[in-house]
Amino acid sequence: MSGSCVIRLEHVWTRFGSKLIHKDINLCLAQGEILGLVGASGCGKTTLLREMIGLLAPSQGEVFVMGQSLQHATASHGQQLRSNCGVLFQKGALFSALNVFENIAFPLRELGFNDDSLVRRLVFMKLGSVGLNAKDAWLNPADLSGGMIKRVALARALVLEPSLLLLDEPTAGLDPIASQDFVNLLSGLHQELHFTVVMVTHDLDILRDLCTLVAVLADKQLVAYGSLASVIANQHPFVKQFFHNKRAERVFQYRGAIHGQG
Amino acid sequence: MTTDSPTSPDTTPLLEFTKQDKGGYCAKLSGNWNLRSIAGAADVQKQLSRIATEEGVYWDMYTVGVLDNAVALMLWLAWGERFPSALQLKPEHRQLFERWQSQQMPAGKPAITLSAMLANGFNQLMARSFGSMRATVVILGQLALDALYLLAHPREVPWSEISSAIYDAGVRALGITALVGFLIGIVLSYLSALQLKMFGAEIYIINILGLSIIRELGPLLAAILVAGRSGSAMTAQIGIMRVTEELDALSAMGISHSMRLTLPKVAALTVAMPLLSVWTSFMALMGGVLSAQNTLDINYQQFFIKLPDVVPLANVFIGLGKSAVFGLVIALIACYFGFRIKPNTESLGNETTNSVVVAITTVIMIDAVFAILFMKVGMP
Repeated sequence: MSGSCVIRLEHVWTRFGSKLIHKDINLCLAQGEILGLVGASGCGKTTLLREMIGLLAPSQGEVFVMGQSLQHATASHGQQLRSNCGVLFQKGALFSALNVFENIAFPLRELGFNDDSLVRRLVFMKLGSVGLNAKDAWLNPADLSGGMIKRVALARALVLEPSLLLLDEPTAGLDPIASQDFVNLLSGLHQELHFTVVMVTHDLDILRDLCTLVAVLADKQLVAYGSLASVIANQHPFVKQFFHNKRAERVFQYRGAIHGQG
Repeated sequence: MTTDSPTSPDTTPLLEFTKQDKGGYCAKLSGNWNLRSIAGAADVQKQLSRIATEEGVYWDMYTVGVLDNAVALMLWLAWGERFPSALQLKPEHRQLFERWQSQQMPAGKPAITLSAMLANGFNQLMARSFGSMRATVVILGQLALDALYLLAHPREVPWSEISSAIYDAGVRALGITALVGFLIGIVLSYLSALQLKMFGAEIYIINILGLSIIRELGPLLAAILVAGRSGSAMTAQIGIMRVTEELDALSAMGISHSMRLTLPKVAALTVAMPLLSVWTSFMALMGGVLSAQNTLDINYQQFFIKLPDVVPLANVFIGLGKSAVFGLVIALIACYFGFRIKPNTESLGNETTNSVVVAITTVIMIDAVFAILFMKVGMP
């Protein structure tokens, strides 16, 4: 099992000073899976995501990306491992001093690709694949709407065609139409590029329409993990509260079936 | 279309270039050909671009494991944007090349002619100048209105903001101004002593240090340090408030930016600067006395008894008056540039730099004006 994990967490404990955030978290995600990580605000979802990228080191336990430990990697090897990961931050984290084109080209240039023709064609290809026009390439991040920022950030995250994509609340702050467009876009790109996705989300529509697996973080640990149907059946109080309320029931009944059954 | 194995990340791309038995050459590609693996194989990239220009090469790509869009594009460009005459590759990889074959390149960034660029530059310069003038008038006018309002409604004076700003810009600057003042005093005294000794005029060290430090160096040093330290902090603070939408929140609550942000800072620096100037002058004199004691045998008592005789009191008032003006101007400039910051990191850096540079330049210009205006005042 562990041999085929794109990302693997082994007995991860996280403490900020004396405050315990995560208690013995274990996770193995196979290639092509889309994991939705849900939990109450402040329960440490984003912290866990940052540990998967290597921006934070767990207090105890290990994180493996593509079978290799992030903690024991040398600086250059860690850098190489991270280049397998595309990250979409909650607010996009576009470089405000660079325009859209330069933002998307940035990882390519950092990897040493300075051939203008190559960079240009790749950037415009990615721009097209996230549903943006060529003329948008010359806009500055300050001129973009929330939805466009997410798309540009996604294009930048995908420009190196990573094996693993980590998304921090990708639809937060988007209107329902933009949110649905983003889900469709991600679904199309996933079919084409077959990357593995870990996303922190509160969006029930995403869990229903996109995620193949759901993990619930509560009481400092993963209290439920599996398909949406199995997670909904879990009897943990937080899971019941999260999935068995009027809003959730409306979302899941809207199409008459939960993910995988309908 | 990446077919990466999860636990085997980027294995090296291999390129073998061999002569075939039946004549001609064969380029055999194997291993993983994706952006990350090829980035670390500069020699393979060079070899590839050299071989790709040769005619009649048989390209065998059937054993390539991973091929991604980017490397397919690299090959496509190296082949001159056409398939080589002899090529064997997996069907799923062919799709990647077909994508590039059909890609329509959009027009580049719209070109701008020199005349349009000049006209645009001139327009921007005019707009910026007009905008700066307008913003200066607005900030000064608003400040005057706020001051008048507070005179009529003294209960609404934002004492806590003013007190906090005095603490930040004044109390917390005591250490650095003391250190710099003390060291400058030592340097000035030491260099002057060398000259005075030559003429046997050692006692005039009191005149030189007293007049130059109390009237000029003390206020100027303190102002330059405060402009660099507190002026930049004020600009950055207002800028961050713009980025985090705190300024919008204040406006939405109907709270005046000028009353809560500009006025307390201006009032605080106008009060704190003269005090800091006195402190800096005192420390500089202490440094000067220490040096004079060692080099010229003039002791503390002699120095401080003689000081009031050789430095008329008017110099102290000129120094204090100048410092108050410096404080007011530094705070106004800091707030002006703070409010100009746009919600992006580049603007934050630029405007903070501008704030410090303009504040220091303005302080020196005002000092020159004071020097001319009070040329005949306070001389012994």
